[in-house]
Amino acid sequence: MTSTVRDTPLLNVHERLGATMTEFAGWRMPLRYGSETAEHNAVRTGAALFDLSHMGEIAVTGPGAGDALDYAVCGWPSKLAVGRARYTMICAPDGGILDDLIIYRQAPERFLVVANAANAAVVLGELRSRCSGGALVTDESAVTGLISIQGPNGLGFLARVTDIALAPMAYYAGAYGRVAGREAWIARTGYTGEDGFEIFCAPGDCEPVWDALAGSAAGGVPAAGLAARDTLRLEAGMPLYGNELGPDVTPYEAGLGRVVRLDKPGDFVGREALAARAAQGPRRTLIGLLGLSRRVPRHGYAVLSDAGERVGVVTSGAPSPTLGRPIAMAYVAGPANGPFGIDVRGKTEPAEVTGLPFYDRRK
Amino acid sequence: MSVPAELRYTQEHEWVAIEGDTATIGITDYATQQLGDVVYVSLPEVGAAVTAGEPCGEVESTKSVSELYAPVDGEVVEVNEELDDDPGLINAEPYGLGWMFRVRVPDGHSTGLVLLSPTEYDTLTKSAG
Repeated sequence: MTSTVRDTPLLNVHERLGATMTEFAGWRMPLRYGSETAEHNAVRTGAALFDLSHMGEIAVTGPGAGDALDYAVCGWPSKLAVGRARYTMICAPDGGILDDLIIYRQAPERFLVVANAANAAVVLGELRSRCSGGALVTDESAVTGLISIQGPNGLGFLARVTDIALAPMAYYAGAYGRVAGREAWIARTGYTGEDGFEIFCAPGDCEPVWDALAGSAAGGVPAAGLAARDTLRLEAGMPLYGNELGPDVTPYEAGLGRVVRLDKPGDFVGREALAARAAQGPRRTLIGLLGLSRRVPRHGYAVLSDAGERVGVVTSGAPSPTLGRPIAMAYVAGPANGPFGIDVRGKTEPAEVTGLPFYDRRK
Repeated sequence: MSVPAELRYTQEHEWVAIEGDTATIGITDYATQQLGDVVYVSLPEVGAAVTAGEPCGEVESTKSVSELYAPVDGEVVEVNEELDDDPGLINAEPYGLGWMFRVRVPDGHSTGLVLLSPTEYDTLTKSAG
């Protein structure tokens, strides 16, 4: 094992912007550029840019690619139309989640699998061992940069620097096009709970693409770091691998049983275990909690019943910039309607159960 | 990063200004940059006795929570109540409107910890990267 920390193709941009950098999943990444709350609010009310070049990109190509992926992951990628994307998971034989993924069908015989940076090597290894019969698995992470523009104004800004029509593109769709004259795969996906686009391009094209996007609005489009990304996804009720998802969690417990396509033909890795789990009902439930005090529930804090017994654990928690109060996701065993308390460093703070997501842009 | 010359510092990133028999205490510019946006601060109560080097409150930011340590021994005589409504003052003006609490120090001499000079504190933060 080496402990080499990798830099994204946008390191120069981050330094120019004075970012506070942090090490994340083996990458040196921007944590924030100024105030992470301002960056969060920019995404909710305008638009902001993210460097997501740390994400893993794996291509599965060839005449057998769709069938191979149907065996490798829980979803049904062979049913995807060209130009569409799906959120899915790759599970171990026991049904535990190895990673959550977005799979794009870029061409009839080409799928792009996007994995979390921390799991990219595991996903690559699993895909290589699971995919056979006319499917080629290629690690494209090192030759792919990823920039995201998120927020209600993102479409209008990106439209000024791309040659493809964005408005007709559906959510969870993508197309090849140009951004700032550079070839890119442009997809209407994201991890913030807002409308937005993700732009996959060559590492050498990242800086001109970023600069064009940053300059696409009068006054500029601000950058946002990983700190804002985390509070945005939490408000949107989106799980994070390592917090809500992990090898000891099945998609059903995470409230994401819909991604498991037990109705697809043929075997897939984890089918037997997942079918059994689907029939049993979940052992624990992922819930949303609104803190009633100002002290913030954090990852790992105990969730307590009314009687003070430990019934669960907080998986993610943060002060919500949009709601102005603490929010958290937690796994609880048994009844999931509360009332609950959270053990915040020795003192029990009250919390109320709320539906996920905490924030829905359509409401 | 700002390290005012007229203040004294702790290894836990508090600053102290001693005027007469009163020590005013806050957290440093470096601390606020490490924490990110402060969203809530819990301060000791007026009248409470604090002991140098012991936790006496907590500072919550978006990403984390940190303990606030008393840099000196003494009795709390005032807390900055503005921070309750506007904890962002700590980020905006860590050495000014973002001050946190005041402690009476007998004879104007702080007891408890050996406080760091601005140069020593600057060295500390630079060696921490």
